[in-house]
Amino acid sequence: MSQKHLNSIHVSHYKHTAGCATEVMPVPDVVKISMSQHIGAPCKPLVQKGDYVKVGQLLGDTDAFVSAPIHSSVSGTVTGIEEQKNAMGGIDTLVVIETDKKQEVYEGITVPEVNDLPGFVKAIRESGLVGLGGASFPTHIKFNPRNIDDVHTLIVNAAECEPFITSDHRLMLEDTEDLIAGCQLVMKYIGLDEGYIGIEENKMDAIQHIDSVLAAKGITNIKTFKLQARYPKGAERVLVYEITGKTMNAGVLPADLGIILSNVTTIAFVGQYFRTGMPLINKRMTIDGDAVATPKNVIAPIGTMINDVMAFCGGYKQEPRKILMGGPMMGRAIFSDEIPIIKNNNAILAFSKAQSLVKEETACINCGRCHQACPFGLIPTALADAYDRRDAEALNRLKVMQCMECGSCSYICPARRPLGFTNKLGKAVVKEAGIK
Amino acid sequence: MDKKTYSNLIVSSAPHIVSPMDTSRIMLMVIIGLLPSLLVSTYVFGFRVITLSAVCVIASVAFEWIWNALMKKPQTVGDLSAAVTGLLIAFNVPSGLPYWIAVLGCFVAIIVVKQLFGGVGKNLTNPAITARVVLFISYATEMTTWTLPRMAADATSTATPLGVLAEGGTLPSNMQMFLGFIGGSMGEVSAVALLLGGLFLIWKKIISPIIPACFIGTVFAFALIYYGVTGGDALQMAIFHVLAGGVMLGAFFMATDYVTSPLLPMGKVIFGIGCGLITMIIRVWGQYPEGVSFSILLMNCLTPLINNFCEKRMYGGAKK
Repeated sequence: MSQKHLNSIHVSHYKHTAGCATEVMPVPDVVKISMSQHIGAPCKPLVQKGDYVKVGQLLGDTDAFVSAPIHSSVSGTVTGIEEQKNAMGGIDTLVVIETDKKQEVYEGITVPEVNDLPGFVKAIRESGLVGLGGASFPTHIKFNPRNIDDVHTLIVNAAECEPFITSDHRLMLEDTEDLIAGCQLVMKYIGLDEGYIGIEENKMDAIQHIDSVLAAKGITNIKTFKLQARYPKGAERVLVYEITGKTMNAGVLPADLGIILSNVTTIAFVGQYFRTGMPLINKRMTIDGDAVATPKNVIAPIGTMINDVMAFCGGYKQEPRKILMGGPMMGRAIFSDEIPIIKNNNAILAFSKAQSLVKEETACINCGRCHQACPFGLIPTALADAYDRRDAEALNRLKVMQCMECGSCSYICPARRPLGFTNKLGKAVVKEAGIK
Repeated sequence: MDKKTYSNLIVSSAPHIVSPMDTSRIMLMVIIGLLPSLLVSTYVFGFRVITLSAVCVIASVAFEWIWNALMKKPQTVGDLSAAVTGLLIAFNVPSGLPYWIAVLGCFVAIIVVKQLFGGVGKNLTNPAITARVVLFISYATEMTTWTLPRMAADATSTATPLGVLAEGGTLPSNMQMFLGFIGGSMGEVSAVALLLGGLFLIWKKIISPIIPACFIGTVFAFALIYYGVTGGDALQMAIFHVLAGGVMLGAFFMATDYVTSPLLPMGKVIFGIGCGLITMIIRVWGQYPEGVSFSILLMNCLTPLINNFCEKRMYGGAKK
């Protein structure tokens, strides 16, 4: 195992909710379930206005390869198919369901019976599972790599390096059996020899708990791996390096290095699905931020409006000026709290005005902190200069395409320059110039 | 349970939090790092150290404020970089220097060296060092009229140790030089105080130890070899050269200026060694007894070249 570390930064953890046991939120009056909750082709609604749907019933699907079906999280009546601007600025199709609060379970829900990889992959697709760490890439594709004979190692990403978020932490403490069962299922059907659960050392209770359950079960081919509690240890390419010592360039898939890498929530869902047969219909999330009255970890039905989730957490104690889907380092700021929860949400953070204002940018003083912070040793200040000149050749030479947009450079910059964002723009310049 | 909709939220790119260390905080740390030396200098040279420092800081900040106001640019005095420049100018002149000459130095530093090149972050050379060199060449007499340290036994002690070395005479002991009870520029006399401030900045991760280590190490090694070859107590003289003149001040506070020194570690090594070499070449073979400011000024000019020269191995074996 590797003893070397990539550059990283210390960011205050703000893990206020680490001790908050997850609360299951009651079903709201209305849910709006988005038809595009994954990377790839959006689903087409399979229900119409007036239909009565039950919990776990298929709501939307598509024939496209990169896609995952979407299920109802509630029982109730479809009152309409709406279109709404989503957090990314695109237009989503939403299935609006008025709930009857009975939570009647769909008759077709059965524990999947699987005995080989194709069956496993098919079951995973039917569960609607996507990468729950944030990328929301359909999991059944990831679990069926082209080089299936070459993959040998499972890495479970449980670093949770984003400040504030503790939902993965709570999952590891509360759903340990599902997590381990999920690891074993994935390893069994894909044919993996060993598994590592990478956890930051600020979650020692989770590490010890998982270790003790593994020991009690006599499982030796799955191990926890203690990571430094620094940002961004949970970035895919950083995690692979920390655990295996292997370098993973941009554009390379973990499978190319013999690794199946998945988020801890994704893996735990596999265990849960093969226990209950219930597709992905709800989500554990951390609700925090200085505008939230009672920060909590909650399990909410997918499609619940953010303002309903906030109301469950006691509402806002001061006016929210910025609301994030995800953590403060890589999370997305959304324009409204009338947006529904989707599969990959792991936190909703609401901040007051004082925490929301964008700091004024000043001149670069060439201090080099951005370079020292970059896990990949890029030189963000030089990249920003090249971007200012729209110099695609220089941007490419300075390896802008390697940037994973972790935001460490922007965080650390004493001049408050949005370097990570500039890298994103720089990538577009390189792509436009057609440099290979 | 209140349910109210907020649909006019602030949307900005990630990350949504930033490190508390901003430019003005960095500059404040540098000022704190300079305080031990300021205290020792006040003890050695008297209260004029304080008034001269105040004049330089106020003049530098005022020039920057006026420039920004005249040019209708955003006000940048809040980043404290002008205050640091002012303090460093005071540190680099004799404590008895007439105020008007000091103010002229501040004008050169802030207006000519910094603002004409585009303001903070854009200057090619260190403003304080350049100001010192300009004053040194323009007002040679005033700039070498050293104030008598309070513990001096006789008038000849007003000469700097390097002056004594060049002209002949009795050198002060290395311990006197380490403590700073010697003649010299206002803020450069006490090696121990500067070392304390420098270590504070390294501890706080404000500066990288590479440039000071390479600078001081080169001066030490050069002197050791030179006096080893030409005769004399080589170790004694090597320590003397490290403690004498502006090496400590230059190595920790001037050569480490972010803007005018290389970005990458390899570049910092070249920069530090270059500073040490030029310093010693001037001291040993040059006209002037001291060469720290010239060495840093010259290496400042080479910094863009060094930056271009240095390759950096990135993740995945990619090179800059």
